[in-house]
Amino acid sequence: MRYAMAVDTKKCVGCSDCVVACQTENNVPIGFCRDWVVETMAGSYPQLEIEIRSERCNHCANAPCVRCCPTGASHFDTGGIILVKQNKCIGCGACIASCPYDARYPHPDGYVDKCTFCVQRIRNGMPPACAAVCPTKCIYFGDLDDPNSDVSLVLKKRKFKTLIPEAGTDPKLYFLI
Amino acid sequence: MTSRREFIKITALGVGAIAAGTGMYKAGRFFALPDKPGKVDPDLTRTPTYCEVCFWKCAGWVYKNPEGRIWKITGNEEDQHCNGRFCPRGTGGVGMYYDGDRLKNPLIRVEERGKQVFREASWDEALEHVAGKMKNIASKYGPESIALFTHGSGSANFTTLVKAFGSGNIAEPSYAQCRGPRDEAFFATFGEEVYSPEVTDIRDTKCLVLIGSHIGENMHNGQIQEMSDAIDKGTTIITVDPRFSTAAGKSKYWLPIKPSTDLALLLSWTHEIIYNEYYDRKYVEKYCTGFDKLKEHVKDFTPEWAYGITTLKPDLIRKTAREMANASPAVLVHPGRHVTWYGDDTQRIRAIAILNALLGSWGRRGGFYRPAKFSLAQPDIPKFSEPARLAQDLFPGKYPVASSAVSNALIDATIPENNPGYPIKGWIVNATNLLSTIPNIPNTLKAIQNLDLLVAVDTMPMEITGWADVVLPECTYLERYDALRVAPHRKPAIALRMPAAEPMNNSKPGYWITRELSKKLGLASYFPFEKQEDLLDWQLKKAGTSLEEMKKSGVKTFEREQDDLYFAEDENVVFPTDSGKIELYSGYFEQLGFDPLPKYYPHEEPPEGFYRLIYGRAPMHTFGRTTNNPNLADLMDENCVWVNPKVANEWGLKTDQLVWLKNQDDAVTDFPVKVRVTERIRWDSVYIVHGFGHTGKQLSRAYGKGASDTRLITRVLVDPVMGGTGMRGNFVTFLTREPGKEVAS
Amino acid sequence: MKEELFVSGRINHLVDPYLNIWHWQIPLYLFLGGMAAGILCIAALYYLRGREKDYYTAVRITPFLAPILLVLGLVALFIDLRHKLYFWKLYTNIRLQSPMSWGAWTLMVITPVSFIWSALHIRDIFPRWDWKYKWIYEIEKFFNKYKRALAWVMLIYGIILGIYTGILLSAFNARPLWNTSILGPLFLASGLSAGAAATLLLSKNPAERKQFARIDLVIIGIELFLIIHMFMGYLASTQVQIEAARMFLGGDFTMSFWIFAVILGLLVPALLEILELGKVHIPAVVPPVLVLFGSLMLRFIIVHAGQVSRWLY
Ligand SMILES: Nc1nc2c(c(=O)[nH]1)N[C@H]1C(S)=C(S)[C@@H](COP(=O)(O)OP(=O)(O)OC[C@H]3O[C@@H](n4cnc5c(=O)[nH]c(N)nc54)[C@H](O)[C@@H]3O)O[C@H]1N2
Ligand SMILES: Nc1nc2c(c(=O)[nH]1)N[C@H]1C(S)=C(S)[C@@H](COP(=O)(O)OP(=O)(O)OC[C@H]3O[C@@H](n4cnc5c(=O)[nH]c(N)nc54)[C@H](O)[C@@H]3O)O[C@H]1N2
Ligand code: SF4
Ligand code: SF4
Ligand code: SF4
Ligand code: SF4
Ligand code: SF4
Ligand SMILES: [Mo]
Repeated sequence: MRYAMAVDTKKCVGCSDCVVACQTENNVPIGFCRDWVVETMAGSYPQLEIEIRSERCNHCANAPCVRCCPTGASHFDTGGIILVKQNKCIGCGACIASCPYDARYPHPDGYVDKCTFCVQRIRNGMPPACAAVCPTKCIYFGDLDDPNSDVSLVLKKRKFKTLIPEAGTDPKLYFLI
Repeated sequence: MTSRREFIKITALGVGAIAAGTGMYKAGRFFALPDKPGKVDPDLTRTPTYCEVCFWKCAGWVYKNPEGRIWKITGNEEDQHCNGRFCPRGTGGVGMYYDGDRLKNPLIRVEERGKQVFREASWDEALEHVAGKMKNIASKYGPESIALFTHGSGSANFTTLVKAFGSGNIAEPSYAQCRGPRDEAFFATFGEEVYSPEVTDIRDTKCLVLIGSHIGENMHNGQIQEMSDAIDKGTTIITVDPRFSTAAGKSKYWLPIKPSTDLALLLSWTHEIIYNEYYDRKYVEKYCTGFDKLKEHVKDFTPEWAYGITTLKPDLIRKTAREMANASPAVLVHPGRHVTWYGDDTQRIRAIAILNALLGSWGRRGGFYRPAKFSLAQPDIPKFSEPARLAQDLFPGKYPVASSAVSNALIDATIPENNPGYPIKGWIVNATNLLSTIPNIPNTLKAIQNLDLLVAVDTMPMEITGWADVVLPECTYLERYDALRVAPHRKPAIALRMPAAEPMNNSKPGYWITRELSKKLGLASYFPFEKQEDLLDWQLKKAGTSLEEMKKSGVKTFEREQDDLYFAEDENVVFPTDSGKIELYSGYFEQLGFDPLPKYYPHEEPPEGFYRLIYGRAPMHTFGRTTNNPNLADLMDENCVWVNPKVANEWGLKTDQLVWLKNQDDAVTDFPVKVRVTERIRWDSVYIVHGFGHTGKQLSRAYGKGASDTRLITRVLVDPVMGGTGMRGNFVTFLTREPGKEVAS
Repeated sequence: MKEELFVSGRINHLVDPYLNIWHWQIPLYLFLGGMAAGILCIAALYYLRGREKDYYTAVRITPFLAPILLVLGLVALFIDLRHKLYFWKLYTNIRLQSPMSWGAWTLMVITPVSFIWSALHIRDIFPRWDWKYKWIYEIEKFFNKYKRALAWVMLIYGIILGIYTGILLSAFNARPLWNTSILGPLFLASGLSAGAAATLLLSKNPAERKQFARIDLVIIGIELFLIIHMFMGYLASTQVQIEAARMFLGGDFTMSFWIFAVILGLLVPALLEILELGKVHIPAVVPPVLVLFGSLMLRFIIVHAGQVSRWLY
């Protein structure tokens, strides 16, 4: 099982609903976020192009954050999800420094936090909160090993990219372009 | 201006209240149970609601965590308005409940040592005070001298109260500041309006034309969801906007129009469609009147003619007209929603309506569907007596087409020198922040000086509350029952709102407030049920369900009585217009002295060194009501002014630099605003998001953040047809240094 | 024109607008660890080569600083941790791929070793020292017997510690500035030169001082060479590394790096030491103090600038 997510940059409108939904679902304290939205624009008026991406932890298959964690708090969980065990994390910040995507943040309670792919939901057959809420339905989630999962199907159909492939992290968050 | 009434900061109440407030907020911040991966959702209670963060009214669920605190809000899968997905504002609605700055107690304005201040009062005292003043005004000037400004789902209660009291002066800003021109234009053309939620069949359209409508920033839920489906299907989207909006970024064609010239584009499209025989001949012959006059009217409006006005290349106009024709009748020239732009708005929307008629999209799949309506039983209450004097008497002969009271006209009429009719002496303002909603703030403040009573019912210490004599704190939509939601849609449906939590502090539901007030006014018989929920249960039982059942489902959807979502192939549709046909040529307008066919008149252009001020929505905020919401302020806590790089160059402006904006009448923003240098805006305009620049200090997150567009809209282009307030005729320039204090408010 | 925005806002504390997760604690810890490593390596090396007599201070006196430095370093590290109650989890896990884990375990070994080494020489400083308990004397005897072995452990772990202080950063592929294999040797060199400087400060023996001034000169030469190579490496690498290098070549860190770390921390003390070796009288404390200062600054600047350098946004 390899969980993955794909975000359709052609449909995403940057509304940031995914961010609020994650915040309420996962009790992310105000002032922090596990996901965020980036908008890039290029060209000059009126020849313009825009790309909007909802970003979060990439659940890298080759994850530097897991490698550098001195306690094993950051670990690969079932389906390749990368999680932090709160009661094993010493808050050293090494994983934060190691993530090329700046996907982690220090939770005010001391441990390090980041996107969990909403394990508590997906293990109960529910989609991640951000995917469930997105009004443009542009977040696809599922198992790459299952050819019929939403994410496999959409990746078959569409062109996609990952962010900073040159960092060699092998991300599992795809952007449909 | 002689100041009979000064602005009172509600902070005057003392530090204790504030400290308690922030304490509460902090407690609310970490209602967190740190997420334990792998743990199943705890057994949570959920209660149904429909959202009040905007007027789309999506039905959803409010969840509580094991400690019993409100945790999250999600969409109800059964609901046609949201299909189980709330928009960011609805999801962030929890912040409305947890906002520590909320109004806590009724307040009464008093003089203390020559200074006006608020003092806290009990509900009984506050309502007694209001009732006394209302009776006074009625006996002195007549009950019609009370006006109600109201918005949102609490309106029903206040409307009943004010009607029962004997006044018909009831205005909603959703008319003259928003949809009014659209409703009247479609009414004049098709005999029917487009409602809310709009009956636009975006889901199935093959060509979606957006004139301004910035869906994607304008987050009206159903529209954005259906637009996204349309993108998936490869629908052609054509966006007309002087700004590269998010929707423009998703469009096959973006028409970067010169602002204020849309009518020329619409007329030239009409020209193309008629003279290239692109129109739906069968449909037009069968259903429309006035085609020949229209054809003659648009004869000279060629794309070349429009090019000179709109700056849009003739080729682009031709191509997009062809795209529409190819998709016809599954083409939707969107009627827009906030359409009070330039004062000729009813005529502009008429041109949109005409275009849709020519393309045969009204009543057709992919165009406009026929809504299913549902009507609830209404309790047996005494008949309202017809008010002796009407709203129209306040502005005789003006705005003949207006089908609702015109908010701005009521405000104007409150100033005696503008008023040929009877005086307006009392305002009840429920759930609308008039000082941010109605353009020309100085005018509104002047009107307020003439009042004997201003009651503000709100959840937050918004600007309007600072000018009130009595402030009544309503609890949020998460803490109360409200009228059932019945809105037209593809299928008939009802939705329930019930409290998820007890009202915080000393706030009360609108029903309770109006009912208590009605008792004091001797009008209790208009509120026969003791509690809102009793009324709901009674209504629901009549509708074949019950409160108990609705508490479990939240939404109840019925089947359509007939399969008539679209016109049948050979249906003989009789339109509810005078002629029974779609009126391309409006005899009705002609009779009233308005152009029976829309004409383009040039608008004033910005003078040297000034730029047209245009404004719009940010997807994570609703007007000014969410800018203090902790969850949503976290996403965006200020607006910025979009400036084209050419203009920025000329002024030496850099991104994030602070500037003040000054308009043609020397009105200046209260606070500096950050510059955003971006190619996404034309060089003749600047853009800001509406709802920022709050001046109320009690709004701890929103105070002083960004600029208020309303502050800069002092020139109002009133639509003579229906009284709408065109707000895009204002021009601003930059002040790079803090302006002197000489600018009066 | 290009525009890139966080439309949802993003202000994660200590991560935005640029990474700022490590403050003074980590560079201080790296400096103290590096210096201790330098001191212990030099002591072990001269001891093993039988030069204890010639370099009495370096082998027997300066190492007294090591346990102090290491404990202070550990304290700094502990202060840096944000979930302190779970500190002990470091020692219930061995994570071979994590430099942090290596560091923790290395410290676990070398700190007691440095204490023992000091204990063995305590009477050099306090001749009337008395261990009071007999069993302590037993232990002392035991270690004296295996002192060579102890020195080997000290040398090996000293080198590991020294390199670790550099590897810790260079393991972070995510920060283009740190992502260079030169950082390990550079920090090791810098630690050794700090260690040498410590002896320079403490030694009263002119011959020993002269030798350490020479050592220091060589190491400074190596450091300069490594720094030049590091920048050549950046400039010949990817866009992000070129950008990282630019922070030092005209960017925000140009002044602090070249003035404090390079000129005051390397070039000036080198010059002074050359003059001193050439018999010009220089106040004895000046060059080593400058070396220590430069070594500290190097860590502060690299740790801070590395966090600012990034791949995206
Ligand atoms: N997130 C969010 N969504 C909302 C709301 C909200 O507060 N927040 N409010 C809701 C309500 S009540 C309403 S009425 C709607 C309003 O939303 P819309 O009906 O979409 O409002 P418009 O005024 O059409 O849209 C503003 C757009 O018009 C463009 N514009 C400005 N001048 C011109 C012009 O001269 N010609 C053309 N063609 N375009 C122009 C601006 O650049 C901007 O992109 O939004 C609804 N949705
Ligand atoms: N300059 C400018 N003016 C505009 C617009 C614009 O874009 N620019 N847009 C226009 C449009 S399209 C519209 S629809 C109108 C909208 O106008 P309004 O509806 O007046 O907009 P808001 O500023 O959101 O004010 C809503 C008020 O209701 C309060 N409130 C929220 N919930 C409750 C509740 O449950 N009970 C009570 N009692 N009060 C509540 C809020 O605190 C706030 O004070 O504005 C119009 N005016
Ligand atoms: S909720 Fe969906 S559309 Fe909105 S920003 Fe997130 S991914 Fe984009
Ligand atoms: S995105 Fe960052 S935090 Fe997530 S797995 Fe990759 S390296 Fe780790
Ligand atoms: S902060 Fe926690 S999860 Fe991150 S590396 Fe340190 S111990 Fe591991
Ligand atoms: S998958 Fe869950 S945790 Fe990750 S960003 Fe989405 S909502 Fe947040
Ligand atoms: S569109 Fe958003 S804010 Fe409006 S009612 Fe629906 S969820 Fe609430
Ligand atoms: Mo509106």
